[in-house]
Amino acid sequence: MPHPMPTFGSFSLLLALVLAVYSLAMGGASLWQMATGRSGRIAPERLSETARRAGIMTFAAVSCAAFALVWAAFTNDYSVAYILHHTNRDLHPAYKFSALWSGQEGSLLLWSWLLAAYGFVLRLRHKVDVRLTAHASTILSGVQVFFLLLLVFAAPPFSIQPGEIPPDGFGLNPLLQYPEMVIHPPMLYLGYVGFTVPFAFALGALIMRYPGEKWIHITRRWTMVTWLFLTVGIFLGAHWAYSVLGWGGYWGWDPVENASLMPWLTGTAFLHSVMMQEKRGMMKSWNVWLIFSTFMLTVLGTLLTRSGLVSSVHAFAQSSIGNWFYGFLVLVFCVCLFVFVRQRDHLKTENKLESIVSRESSFLFNNLILLVACFTVLWGTLFPVLSEYVQGSKATVGAPFYNRVALPIGLFLLFLTGVGPLLAWRSTTLRTIRRNFILPSIATVATAIGLMIAHVRPWEDQSQLYSLMAFSLGAGVIAAILSEFLRGANVVSTQTGKNLFTASLQLIQRNTRRYGGYIVHFGVVVIIVGIAGGAFNQSMEKEVGFGDRFSVGPYELRCQSYTEDSNPVYDTKYALLDVYKNGKFVTQLSPESRFYAASQTNSTVVANYSTLQHDLYVIYMGNNPETNRPIIKAFLNPLVIWIWIGVFIIIVGTFVALAPAIKPALATSRVSHTEAVAVGSGD
Amino acid sequence: MAQLCVVLLGTVLLMAAADDTGTRFNRLGHAMICVCSCGQILLECNHVGCPDSDRMIGELRTRLASGDGDTPIFNWFAAKYGPTVLAAPIRGGFDTVAWITPVAVFLLATIGTAFLVRAWVRRRRNTVTTPEGIPVQLPENDAVRERIRRETEY
Repeated sequence: MPHPMPTFGSFSLLLALVLAVYSLAMGGASLWQMATGRSGRIAPERLSETARRAGIMTFAAVSCAAFALVWAAFTNDYSVAYILHHTNRDLHPAYKFSALWSGQEGSLLLWSWLLAAYGFVLRLRHKVDVRLTAHASTILSGVQVFFLLLLVFAAPPFSIQPGEIPPDGFGLNPLLQYPEMVIHPPMLYLGYVGFTVPFAFALGALIMRYPGEKWIHITRRWTMVTWLFLTVGIFLGAHWAYSVLGWGGYWGWDPVENASLMPWLTGTAFLHSVMMQEKRGMMKSWNVWLIFSTFMLTVLGTLLTRSGLVSSVHAFAQSSIGNWFYGFLVLVFCVCLFVFVRQRDHLKTENKLESIVSRESSFLFNNLILLVACFTVLWGTLFPVLSEYVQGSKATVGAPFYNRVALPIGLFLLFLTGVGPLLAWRSTTLRTIRRNFILPSIATVATAIGLMIAHVRPWEDQSQLYSLMAFSLGAGVIAAILSEFLRGANVVSTQTGKNLFTASLQLIQRNTRRYGGYIVHFGVVVIIVGIAGGAFNQSMEKEVGFGDRFSVGPYELRCQSYTEDSNPVYDTKYALLDVYKNGKFVTQLSPESRFYAASQTNSTVVANYSTLQHDLYVIYMGNNPETNRPIIKAFLNPLVIWIWIGVFIIIVGTFVALAPAIKPALATSRVSHTEAVAVGSGD
Repeated sequence: MAQLCVVLLGTVLLMAAADDTGTRFNRLGHAMICVCSCGQILLECNHVGCPDSDRMIGELRTRLASGDGDTPIFNWFAAKYGPTVLAAPIRGGFDTVAWITPVAVFLLATIGTAFLVRAWVRRRRNTVTTPEGIPVQLPENDAVRERIRRETEY
């Protein structure tokens, strides 16, 4: 056998497809038998079990295929076209591993493998609710079949390179040769693919007219973990862009970035509105469509970026598999619509809103704004296509558009983030509003005045206006969160006699979901503060020789030396810059420019000195051809580090929200059961 | 004294003009895209040896120095490099739809939701629950009577 490993991989994929089809068919047959009460020669329970086992084996088969591709990368098997085009012999082993997702075929294989892995866990935990899991498992098998069909027929990762096989590969895109690129795509895909699980549960629950809201309890952790993966994936991508692309920013509103943001926005809306269904039996149809939309947006995002429909700077974007995604998207929409129309009477709301000024109302507006934000991003992403259709010429919709349209929406959302938790469920009295809002309002106004005293001029510059609003509203939200914590902690402290810090910890333990949510909100505010710092960015570009110096903000940069070097993977030019602040040496930075021989491409390596106040972000722009001296560009980017700190806070908050709550009776040591008062009940 | 005032005024005006040109250069440079296919904002294109950005930045400086307004400058660039050189749809006509639609959707959705919430709240007030827990819709007059009964009950 000339190519044993590619053959093994191809057969594994084929076997996985057969197993997934079997799982779908048997699962569907068993569900049909259960729904209609008819039984064939084999009992529906046994059919369901065989479908479940086939689903588990699908994971094993897809794992074998993924292993075969990674093996081919590590053994430099350039008979596989994909390995030839995405690796080379001298590539670092970590990047050889990441070759699995650095091209289209590989990333689809990763998608399929993650879907199979999610399905594997879901099917192992089937005893949570056998019937509902059987529905969800069958739906997952349907999605799995689609991705395996793609891998077998449209984008096979084990295609054999025709003709003579070159001695070395073409190498990995230099931009992808960065540590974060080893974890950013899997994180993002874990988020994308993960939304298939709550989607499958929601659709399954609707098909079987599942009584009550238990399906939400079952999927809550799936949804939150998935949301966290997507959040971390998005921000790892932003950090990668900031650290590697070297243009001084972290978000460029590229269609591929937008594609990841859209399901995040609807997923966030779902996480909020699903609480209304749990607590009050409201917004059932809305929630079902939110999770349907979130799943469809993950498919749409892939369609947008892979069909060539919209232009993207991401190299993997263009391909011919767009039609497959068109078909799949239409099919998913039709299935969702059909099931919804048939079962819509099952989604009747149990309660109505009692007051406009209530937590329910704030959730409703929060959802609305998140969806408007999602629409705006989708609209901006698709407008070039629409423009070409109407005007005959494409328009570019870049950062200036989004900054002007999306920023006010974001600020309104920030405002609601602060207001929502301060309102009570059902109805809020004027007295409560006065009591809850006074501190956040003072914090908002005081911050705005303080910033204007500190020479922020919102009337001179629109970006400064937005920035001032973001800082002020952020202060208001933080004050609201702190006052909520303090109010609850005071009650616990009074009950238990413990100090405020211990009481706060106990408070979190009693209602992890609510206070975890507050921590997540705090993280979001910290991120927004970091983004708002962008209004005060400064930059300076200069050609430097030995000993030359120039300043940006409070820093002075002195060029100590500049030189060239070479290794088997790339040639590099770099400068050594001593950084001084107030005449004192702070650090030495070494921005680089690299040339990768295998792929014949250039790349910059940013040198960044990050503090809580600002980042000194330095790029080696190139050499002046006349003097051969380096051209250095330095940015002073205020508060950027707070974006990454905010993400860390979100991770902590999500983990807290995922942790099981400890009942007050167990948490309190000095209070009897009768005295114990649940603090902060509800979300 | 008058001459000194004129000189001072002239200096201030020149400084303001210089500052204005710098701000305009920055603003316009951030409203266009480098055509080297990197997809980055003109003043942020950082490709080593980019074949286009230096020339385009030079052209922008020339247009600014010639005293052209913002729109003629954008038109000049759009005519030379195609409309995709503009970083946002600002050509007027159908491009305006790009800006209006999100705002319209936002307003319609907000107003719609506000009306919806108001209607729900009203309907809720117009409903009583029987001892068996079944919600019953009241006619308008009955609702008023029910409210009066509740508010005068002691």
